[in-house]
Amino acid sequence: MHKCPVCDAEVAISEDPVEGELLECQECGVELEILALGPITLGEAPDAEEDWGE
Amino acid sequence: MIRVAIAGGSGYAGGELLRLLLAHPDAEVAQVTSERLAGKFAHRTHPNLRGLTRLRYVPLGELSSCDVLFSCLPHGASARHIDAFLANAERVVDLGADFRLGDADEYERFYGQPHPRPGLLGRFVYGIPELNREALRRASLVACAGCNATVSILALRPLFAEQVAKSVVIEVKVGSSEAGNRASDASHHPERSGAMRSYKPTGHRHLAEIRAVLDGMGAARAGAEGAVAERVGAERVVAAGPSRTGAGPSVRAPACDIHFSATAVEMVRGILATCHVFLREDLDEKALWRIYRRACADEPFVRIVKERTGIHRYPDPKLLAGSNYCDIGFEKDPHAQRVVVMAAIDNLMKGAAGQAVQAFNIMHGLPERRGLEFPGLHPA
Repeated sequence: MHKCPVCDAEVAISEDPVEGELLECQECGVELEILALGPITLGEAPDAEEDWGE
Repeated sequence: MIRVAIAGGSGYAGGELLRLLLAHPDAEVAQVTSERLAGKFAHRTHPNLRGLTRLRYVPLGELSSCDVLFSCLPHGASARHIDAFLANAERVVDLGADFRLGDADEYERFYGQPHPRPGLLGRFVYGIPELNREALRRASLVACAGCNATVSILALRPLFAEQVAKSVVIEVKVGSSEAGNRASDASHHPERSGAMRSYKPTGHRHLAEIRAVLDGMGAARAGAEGAVAERVGAERVVAAGPSRTGAGPSVRAPACDIHFSATAVEMVRGILATCHVFLREDLDEKALWRIYRRACADEPFVRIVKERTGIHRYPDPKLLAGSNYCDIGFEKDPHAQRVVVMAAIDNLMKGAAGQAVQAFNIMHGLPERRGLEFPGLHPA
């Protein structure tokens, strides 16, 4: 289980995560981005960017 | 079925309680009283209940025996009639202010007159379930908290339990239904409509409850964990009144400065409390999240509302109209040792009738959400 970098809540990540994948924290609602896979690192997704790696 | 009666049912809190109890699967409303409207149908004053009940108001003198007597009488009246209530009912739940405080001197200081039945003060359990759940399970006498006190205490309880607050300034914005259903110069439509009126910048009666409860939490914690008190340098004084677990709060010398102001705004139902909490030590947002998450995790009617996006990022009483929820949010000031805690309730629900029904459920070993399992309206 991984922690939200904003509110420290537990965040569920899919079994097959992808770098750049976007998630939403169910506690604080912040949009998160998987910044790295090994180990998995979460960060706040930028508000606006042309290419988020999707 | 649990037979209940409502004394003083013609006001807004009484009407809201009647709405809840008529739909409650374990309650049967046997009687509703009103001196002024005796003989009239209850739906005459509560038209939203038309078609749901044929109950007529009876005078207090015609109350017969029941299992639970809810009193929604004006302040002072419950204490005058308490002997009749106790003769008629095994359990009494008072929504008024008469038995909220555990200390007769503090009552006189805030209410301007001696308490008529000081000997009973220690027998009532203060009715906020989030504070006194275990005591409520065994209670036969319950004093529901004031609406402004309820929202303020629920907002600040997690921080006081952790002893991280140094001082607090609470500002509540309240709707017109707090003033009751009797007309006055202040409620005349041209005067009240559109008003943003500072009606009690200092000295609000609910401050007595807020101070006693929150300081009591700090003192209880300090007694259990002396090292914490030593760390924060708090001065503690033994309670002036009798010590009673779960009973109405008693007076203590303040361990933390707590101030309270109230402003009437353009709203019928609802309270928004904005609490400026100055911390003993700096805490980041994650630490505050942990404190609030721990305090609220198992509470059926307390929700943390703190979103990073959207238009509903923090508590808003408009979304709680008719519901028993208390929504709490917070934001740490990045430039100061201050956290702003926002909390919202419907004053007639979590601040009165909903709290009473939640306490009723606990007293009878029923599921706490029974008869209260609905959200507020959106849009409203």
